[in-house]
Amino acid sequence: MIAMVQITFRNKKFEVKENMTARDALKKIGIDPESVLISVNGKLVTDDVVLREGDEVKLVAVISGGSAIVC
Amino acid sequence: MRHHKLALCGEHYSEWFVNSTQRAIEKYKMFKPDANILVAVSGGKDSLALWDVLARLGYKADGLYIGLGIQGEIDYSDQSLACIRNFAQQNVPNAQLHVVDIAETYGKTIPEISRASTRGHGKPCSACGLTKRYVMNRLAAERGYDVLATGHNLDDEAAVLMQNTLHWQTGYLARQAPVLEASDGLAKKVKPFCRFYERETATYAVVRNIEYVYDECPHAVGNLTNFYKTLLNQLEAESPGAKLSFYVEFLKARQAGFFQAPADKSNLHACEVCGQPTTAPGRCAFCRMWNITAASGGALISPDAIAVRGDDAFDDVETRVAETVDVSGL
Repeated sequence: MIAMVQITFRNKKFEVKENMTARDALKKIGIDPESVLISVNGKLVTDDVVLREGDEVKLVAVISGGSAIVC
Repeated sequence: MRHHKLALCGEHYSEWFVNSTQRAIEKYKMFKPDANILVAVSGGKDSLALWDVLARLGYKADGLYIGLGIQGEIDYSDQSLACIRNFAQQNVPNAQLHVVDIAETYGKTIPEISRASTRGHGKPCSACGLTKRYVMNRLAAERGYDVLATGHNLDDEAAVLMQNTLHWQTGYLARQAPVLEASDGLAKKVKPFCRFYERETATYAVVRNIEYVYDECPHAVGNLTNFYKTLLNQLEAESPGAKLSFYVEFLKARQAGFFQAPADKSNLHACEVCGQPTTAPGRCAFCRMWNITAASGGALISPDAIAVRGDDAFDDVETRVAETVDVSGL
């Protein structure tokens, strides 16, 4: 049986196979790697980190806050 | 950071980020060490990170929050102010926070004035931008600040640049810069984060444990700027450094005179009601949109009527503390 890794982003949950890099995982679930930060087990990581079974992966959106560009 | 071919731990990342900000301030001659700075804060990662960095660098920087009355399903404005107050208490306890509540000051929230006005064709972003520009400029000038600092990052700048390039808006291109000098009643504006990727400001905020509003403004969802950001991210994914190169090389071309300078500002007039600079004689766009006239609403825009709450507001919510920010890590 193939082990899976769960990824949480804005209250949504996704599953990917283990042993792929975070960057590949994001592409797999259709999330632009440039638009999020990746946290694995509570620590920020780079997108070349390989995801393992049991990892707690959370994504933080980098677009936030103010609405309009005003200056 | 693929574009810099650099990977740093949290502590050294924070140090790199602060030092890089100082280098940008000096490179673009944004302000001097003794400048009196007003930081426009929205509750998002960029503006709070900027306030944090300026404080850590030892600058005298106060904050300005403009309460827009935008709530949506996430109580956006309330959540933003809560984040800002929490941040101010913990990170910049010796600074002052000015809060201008638009509905309290002018009688309507941004969504309400947007519905009542023809500006923006029902979308509040135009009314919001006009109002924020006006209030920021007035408050900066009337409270004696040398410079207004905003948290615009590289992704913001590159998206606007792409938009203006695709439409060959040469006037806008000529004006897009890290520094807009003060002139004719307009405050000096600077963007110390203009060379940081959005990911980098977000990383700094996370590393520094800054609580910010993760959600976008409800009205920004699907807007054109975000569309261009998405396109640029696709480019960046295939070609690391593309966004930085696009923006920095534009600045070099601009400095070399490739874009026509904006029209002579000597054509600016003072608004007949509020006195702020405007391109056409009579009332400025702000006074027209808010239907402010000398007879009907002059009092609303007198300097003292802007609902600024500084020290008192901190005392009210017990957010002012005596400790200073610990910068020993640097």
